[in-house]
Amino acid sequence: MSKISLIIEREYLSRVKKKSFILITVLGPLVIGLGLAAMVWLSVTEDVNHKILIIDEKAPAFNNIQDTKNIKFNYANDMDLQQSKEMFYESDYTCILYIPKNIEAGNIAMLYYKKQPSGTVIRGIENQVEGVVEELKLFQYKIDPEDFRAVKTNFTLNAVKYSETGEEEKLDKWKTRIGLGFGILIYMFIFMYGVQVMRGVIEEKSSKIVEVIITSVRPFDLMMGKIIGVGLVSLTQFALWIILTLGIFGIAQATVLKTYYSADKISEQIQTTPEIAQEMQEQGNGDKTGLLDPNNIINRTNWPVMIALFFFYFLGGYFLYGALFAAVGAAVDNETDSQQFMVPVTSPLILAYFFAITTIIQNPEGSIAFWLSIFPLTSPIIMLVRVALGVGEGGIPIWEVALSMGLLILGSFAAVWFAAKIYRVGILMSGKTSYKELWKWLKYNNG
Amino acid sequence: MNPETILSIQGVTKRYAKHTALENISIDIPKNTIFGLLGPNGAGKTSLIRIINQITAPDEGQILFHGVPLNISHESRIGYLPEERGLYKKMKVGEQALYLARLKGLSKQRAMELLKFWFDKFEITDWWDKKIEELSKGMQQKVQFIVTVLHEPELLILDEPFSGFDPINATLIRDEIMRLKENGATIILSTHNMSSVEEICDDIALIYKSRKIIEGSVKEVKEARKENIFNVSFIGDKVKFSQALWIDAELIESKKVGNFETAKVRLLNDKTPNDLLQALLPHVEIHALHEEIPSMNDVFIQRVNEINNETLEEVL
Repeated sequence: MSKISLIIEREYLSRVKKKSFILITVLGPLVIGLGLAAMVWLSVTEDVNHKILIIDEKAPAFNNIQDTKNIKFNYANDMDLQQSKEMFYESDYTCILYIPKNIEAGNIAMLYYKKQPSGTVIRGIENQVEGVVEELKLFQYKIDPEDFRAVKTNFTLNAVKYSETGEEEKLDKWKTRIGLGFGILIYMFIFMYGVQVMRGVIEEKSSKIVEVIITSVRPFDLMMGKIIGVGLVSLTQFALWIILTLGIFGIAQATVLKTYYSADKISEQIQTTPEIAQEMQEQGNGDKTGLLDPNNIINRTNWPVMIALFFFYFLGGYFLYGALFAAVGAAVDNETDSQQFMVPVTSPLILAYFFAITTIIQNPEGSIAFWLSIFPLTSPIIMLVRVALGVGEGGIPIWEVALSMGLLILGSFAAVWFAAKIYRVGILMSGKTSYKELWKWLKYNNG
Repeated sequence: MNPETILSIQGVTKRYAKHTALENISIDIPKNTIFGLLGPNGAGKTSLIRIINQITAPDEGQILFHGVPLNISHESRIGYLPEERGLYKKMKVGEQALYLARLKGLSKQRAMELLKFWFDKFEITDWWDKKIEELSKGMQQKVQFIVTVLHEPELLILDEPFSGFDPINATLIRDEIMRLKENGATIILSTHNMSSVEEICDDIALIYKSRKIIEGSVKEVKEARKENIFNVSFIGDKVKFSQALWIDAELIESKKVGNFETAKVRLLNDKTPNDLLQALLPHVEIHALHEEIPSMNDVFIQRVNEINNETLEEVL
């Protein structure tokens, strides 16, 4: 067995066998899976039945408020707000809805509660009251409701990409969100495992074992062995996370959530959440939540391409940053000293993340998006957001993706070359290192 | 080059940004000997050792191993115990030893056999599954020593091998070093503590301020530096003793130790101890006479003083 594979084996096994690795690997999906399950569970079960007392100073205008499945409205015809508040805690009402006399001027009503009702309940009430206020105003302004509905405009500007060959595609927010998800995953993994590479180098350096090892192997092999070994750990953890998360969520769904979690429930949920409903409508997506619908986002994403590119950009980005983190580790004696060199290494990564969640997701085809998706230090995150739109026809031009991939490969090689030069000298040095010294190390010809 | 030379260091110079660590160093290390690489801290010993271990490369000069310029294939034939010992703290003793042995090119099976042998020998078999950080410093040193010698290197380079060991373990290590030599290995001992190695070294080289200032067998080096001083133990009158001395025998000091008087006498002008005895026998009762051989430390200090005077003269 060659020496570099021995090193990879040690780096891999020593990490995978650690208690902390096993703990994070098991706990991570448990937390994510249970969290997901809890979110679904909460959102569908939280709405206990509400009994709401309406203090209507505008009576009888609001007599028409409709009960829903879990909200019952009662009218307090003989009580004012003060009185109702006084008896609130003796009654079984969960909320008091107070409609002031001047509601059509102020556009404000009050909801007093004992325990905060869910957003769905509040929005449900809001919608009903808004409807009534609208009717009131129409009446006051002597506008025929029919006319009003005819005039009322819910304007949408449809931004559509018109490609050279005449195909049309809407800017698809859901697609870029999926891309962003991948991008953030890459960001997290590069950070987590890049730092592990750095720690490993510092450990070898500060324990002085490095001097023993480099009499058996070339420093370059030692560095690459570590980067590859830790990279394999990250892939292992990633794979285990996916399997475990799906497993836990699947089990939760099959047992606890079975009664609550169904397509009907979900679509009802979406209907009563106006923002989502509106957005889905904008997407021309209506209530097409079924997995069989070709318009569902799950089905509109080109998974093979996304997953292939995810692995490419993850590995490319990991090698690039892993090498830089190794160089940082070699330049310092302990982790506290690493701060000064960490900043330049991590800032492009953090910058890419911030651009991804702000500018890029809004405008994935702008010039900032283009340049950041070409630049190797940011492309692993940014390009993932962009390629979610599709590659080639109607999406990101193939040449852009090819250029970005090519530059990332070149960038990784450059980073490894640069890191190897720093590493070779740095692992034998002790004490504080300055940038000036790093520059000198780069120019050394023979160790 | 002598065919019995295992390592030939030829005109090696190493410069760092602000100072020269080694200045044109040439040393031949004979096969199957214990060679002392001596010198104060910062003289350049570690720089030279790192070059021999191919951790760094010389700026000038070359090193031949069995007559062939050093290359990567020699790595498995050299064992190195660095001055700053180090092992993976969180790794288990056995796992770690096995890993380092395999990096040196041993097969897993062979490494296990050898490790079992050494762990038995040092009576540390029950440490196998302990983490290094659970061991005391002396225990860690033992493990490190085993790891260094495990692959049966022809050339062993031990940097300050006795530091960190208590006297019992230091003796154990020293016996092991002697035994390794008997089995055919060549050993380079690097140390600033000259008295710790002079008895076991065959040859030495003294490095001072990046230069080699003395080289040769321990015996030759000391012989060359002896000053014809003799220690005489006797019973009798001190005054008679000094009166018996003549112009070419100079009394340096004398003191009473128990029943004996001891005196230090320097003989000049090619006078021999026989001349001294002849002069003394009629007057006092001689119990012992032996020549004073300088310690390596004395040799070193003498030589350093000479050099400093030379450079002073050069400057003047």
